[in-house]
Amino acid sequence: MRFAFILAIMMTVTWLTLSGYFIPLILTFGVISIAIVVWMCARMRILDGETVPYLSSLQTVSYFVWLFVEIVKANVQVVKAVLSPDMEVSPTLVKIPINSEVDIAETMFANSITLTPGTVAVDMQPDHILVHALLEEMSAPEDFKEMGERSAWAVGFKAEES
Amino acid sequence: MMLSVILAAAAAAEQGASFTFDWFGFLRAFLSCLSILAGLFFVLAGTLGVLRLPDFYTRLHAAGMTDTLGAELILLGLIIQSGFTQVSLKLLLVAFFLLITSPTATHAIANAAHKAGLAPKLGKYKAPSLDGDAS
Repeated sequence: MRFAFILAIMMTVTWLTLSGYFIPLILTFGVISIAIVVWMCARMRILDGETVPYLSSLQTVSYFVWLFVEIVKANVQVVKAVLSPDMEVSPTLVKIPINSEVDIAETMFANSITLTPGTVAVDMQPDHILVHALLEEMSAPEDFKEMGERSAWAVGFKAEES
Repeated sequence: MMLSVILAAAAAAEQGASFTFDWFGFLRAFLSCLSILAGLFFVLAGTLGVLRLPDFYTRLHAAGMTDTLGAELILLGLIIQSGFTQVSLKLLLVAFFLLITSPTATHAIANAAHKAGLAPKLGKYKAPSLDGDAS
């Protein structure tokens, strides 16, 4: 019930943002379509913390701020390497262990790895992620550990200690 | 280009009776120009990276991520320029979707190459020298 309510509020905000019309006809259409979507989600039994990950929005936003700083830092490194005349790069493959049971936390982690320049998540396995790094110094496991903990925290889950 | 945009924004805002310099409009135009130029720089660097890097996986880094930051910075500049309106809210949504879809697409391409058995070039790599004596 709580998740249905949150989902309805988020969809209302999205609808108003995208439409911008406040005449009764359009608003009625909005109410009808939101009701249908919530009903369908309830019927498919997917109204839970994974489909409606808005309860931890504040944490998600603060995580994205942290991530943005990381992205800019790594981008500067990559651009420096690419624009220098010698262009010394050292591509590396590393396996990053993951121990999160929750799909959305894994997705968040893998997406964060890919979003940070210099590292791309190549393959997802149940117990590790295969990561391709452009520079060798970008493949230090400690950095990934911190990112994994933060990304799990951002979607409202705690990463278990291995 | 930058200077003319800034001056145009400042001049457009000063059509009142007395001559006042619109500091807020000036600051806004300046910040948005700065952001868009930084974005252009990153997109250019990403393109150069695609041309210069040695193999598929390393090129993916330049094509995927440097471009994402460039696009985000350009969108940020546009948000600053449009002020607090519905347009900037929509631009914010575009930026958010870009942040989600871009790494997903990059991962899909990398994963497809990995599944197809394309081996990445590993180890140190240096650009060949212009004389052609380096391997």
